Amino acid sequence: MKRLSRLRRHRAAAPLLLVFALFTIGTTFQVASAVNSEPTTVADRSATVEEGRQIFLKGCSSCHGINAEGGGIAPSLIGVGAASVDFQVGTGRMPMADMSVQAMRKTPLYNPEEVNALAMYVATLAPGPAIPGDEVLNYERDGSVADGGELFRTNCAMCHNFAAQGGALTQGKYAPTLMGVEPKHIYEALITGPQSMPVFSDKTITPAEKLSIIKWIKAAEAEPQLGGVALGRVGPVTEGLLVWTLGIGLLIGVAVWLAMKAR
Amino acid sequence: MTARERIAGNVAGYVDDRTGAAKWMKKNLTKVFPDHWSFLLGEICLYSFVILLLSGTFLTFWFDPSQREVIYDGGYQPLSGLKMSAAYASTLHISFEVRGGLLMRQIHHWAALIFMVGIVVHLLRVYFTGAFRKPREFNWIIGVGLLTLGIVEGFLGYSLPDDLLSGTGIRIAEAIIQALPLVGSYIAFFAFGGAFPGEAFIPRIYTVHVLLLPGIFLALITVHLMLVWYQKHTQFPGPGRTEKNVVGYPLMPVYMAKAGGFFFIVFGVTAFLGAVASINPIWLYGPYTPGQISAGSQPDWYMGWLDGLVRMAPPLETHAFGHTISWNILIPGLILPGIMFTGLALYPFIESWATGDKREHHLLDRPRNAPNRTAIGAMALTFTLVGLINGGNDIIATTFHLTINQMMWFSRIGIIVLPPIAFVITKRLCLSLQRADRDLVLHGRETGRLVRMPNGEFTEIHEPISPEKAWLLTSHEQIAPLELAELDEAGVRRPSAIKNKIRNRISRATAVAVPKASETERRELEEHH
Repeated sequence: MKRLSRLRRHRAAAPLLLVFALFTIGTTFQVASAVNSEPTTVADRSATVEEGRQIFLKGCSSCHGINAEGGGIAPSLIGVGAASVDFQVGTGRMPMADMSVQAMRKTPLYNPEEVNALAMYVATLAPGPAIPGDEVLNYERDGSVADGGELFRTNCAMCHNFAAQGGALTQGKYAPTLMGVEPKHIYEALITGPQSMPVFSDKTITPAEKLSIIKWIKAAEAEPQLGGVALGRVGPVTEGLLVWTLGIGLLIGVAVWLAMKAR
Repeated sequence: MTARERIAGNVAGYVDDRTGAAKWMKKNLTKVFPDHWSFLLGEICLYSFVILLLSGTFLTFWFDPSQREVIYDGGYQPLSGLKMSAAYASTLHISFEVRGGLLMRQIHHWAALIFMVGIVVHLLRVYFTGAFRKPREFNWIIGVGLLTLGIVEGFLGYSLPDDLLSGTGIRIAEAIIQALPLVGSYIAFFAFGGAFPGEAFIPRIYTVHVLLLPGIFLALITVHLMLVWYQKHTQFPGPGRTEKNVVGYPLMPVYMAKAGGFFFIVFGVTAFLGAVASINPIWLYGPYTPGQISAGSQPDWYMGWLDGLVRMAPPLETHAFGHTISWNILIPGLILPGIMFTGLALYPFIESWATGDKREHHLLDRPRNAPNRTAIGAMALTFTLVGLINGGNDIIATTFHLTINQMMWFSRIGIIVLPPIAFVITKRLCLSLQRADRDLVLHGRETGRLVRMPNGEFTEIHEPISPEKAWLLTSHEQIAPLELAELDEAGVRRPSAIKNKIRNRISRATAVAVPKASETERRELEEHH
């Protein structure tokens, strides 16, 4: 007992304890965040975060504020999580080309490493949804196309159309087409609810169901053009356009020809 | 006489002895039809109707018109194991497992669209040339009936597969039925055999779609054609063509060959569309459940303008005595179409009332020579077109980067403002064209050859037009406006004074025309030159 109290008051005790605590916390964090396998050491990680901060200061802070606190024209990014950044920047929506009603998908301005650095920096500001790793996104193994279709038609088709081709919303906003969107980005959109889209939390749509939706969207993307040219898969409007142009055009052409020959 | 001719003669004689067909055939096979491409537009409808009957019969062999719930175990994997109605499952079966089934479905649907397009262009031809005038008013009404029934038949047809899109359409139809004041809910319950969607509706509309309406179509088309036969076809004016004759070719052999050939061409074009262009891909829509809907849910084009009217209607409702009257559905869904179709059906009578013209007409008008009629037609078309454009407002908005609100306001304002503008512009255009005709008759064709006169003046040489053309440009008659008396001989207002005054005014508007070149004017000018 005496020995313990003497050791406790030893000069080296406090620094050693500090080292031990730091080591424990660091190791725990390392193990806990092993899903994000990118930076392997703490040093790497803080270097990446710093790189992300630099990119943020140059490319994002003019609207989102020096500390990502948001401003008159852009929301605060504190707590939006890495997933949100990865979706917005990874699909080219951010930085916006102009202040229109909605950021549109375009060629990303930053390469994947830069996007990742940005995401990690924003994730350090406050906890938020993380980027789903490849292990989470194994939709081929864990998803079901038929279930995904049913979930898609119930939850998504009212904006994104029955074949995920996109659709109009009010005041010039729109639900974009989901053709050619990476599974990771679809998943991130579901958990972060970008722009007009609602958040589909894991309670509303479980991770397994999300994977089914992704699997169905990928199947819709690969859907062969059964029955001929698909005409955009937007319903009867294009069919009507075709019958009023090519259809009746051909028939009137033939009628003119038939009446002409008799002369 | 060769042996073959003798055998043919014997067979013909055998049939004639028992049916007496020879006399009737001799008379009717030599019947003359005038020749113009626009007279073939009605045939497009007839032939696509035949295609619809043939392909539709094929589809009934496998289609199961039942809302009984089944579990899908067919070949289309993305729907595997889902609960759906037998109607939807059997349509999937036709599409993926029946040999030629998808092609037949697509031919059937494209033929339906062509049928409706054909009806509309045929109607436009008949309207703008004045072919509906006496004695053809009944046939016009039958035509309007066919148009209306065609819209209903088409709607029922694409409602049958019970996919997500067709179920959405039925839901809207139910809403329109419910919008009827007082009786709406009861009729909706009656039609659906209970609450929507129920299990009764698809079997019921199946019977209507494959039995009742095709039967009515057959009857009406037969009467329509018999009346054309009996009243003879109208013809465009031209040298040698009068109100008393028909200039053209005999049915046998010229029209038999032409019409027969045209049938196969219409069939060919329909089959081509069915083979290369996907239509109503029901497997993508998924089975109908009331909890689901897709963005961009549109009806087929012939319902599109009605959908567009409903989409642009402002949200107006009245609550009174425990009832709700949904003006936003009632006006665009029932009242406006009612006015449109009634006006269309009654138009021949309205026009003859306005012009006072009760005579028979077998020669067609050039649209420019009936400016008022042409302008009314352009006005109605503009109205329908604005509705149609708004019917696809979301697709147009996303395609052309517009907002759906801009589309809606364009339509709301346009549906009121644009038709009158179309009327005025069309009427002016018609009068200008009349003026151009008059100049052409009086001053001849501009040759583009400039000549310098001895005094230094430049003039363009005008060549006189051919007598045939001059006749064509001056043969139409210009009806003088009515002058119905408002006062009787004693100078006292007649009882019908107000009515006559209105009628005179309408008649004056109808009779507005550029005076056509008369023979004396022409001669005077010739002497002058």
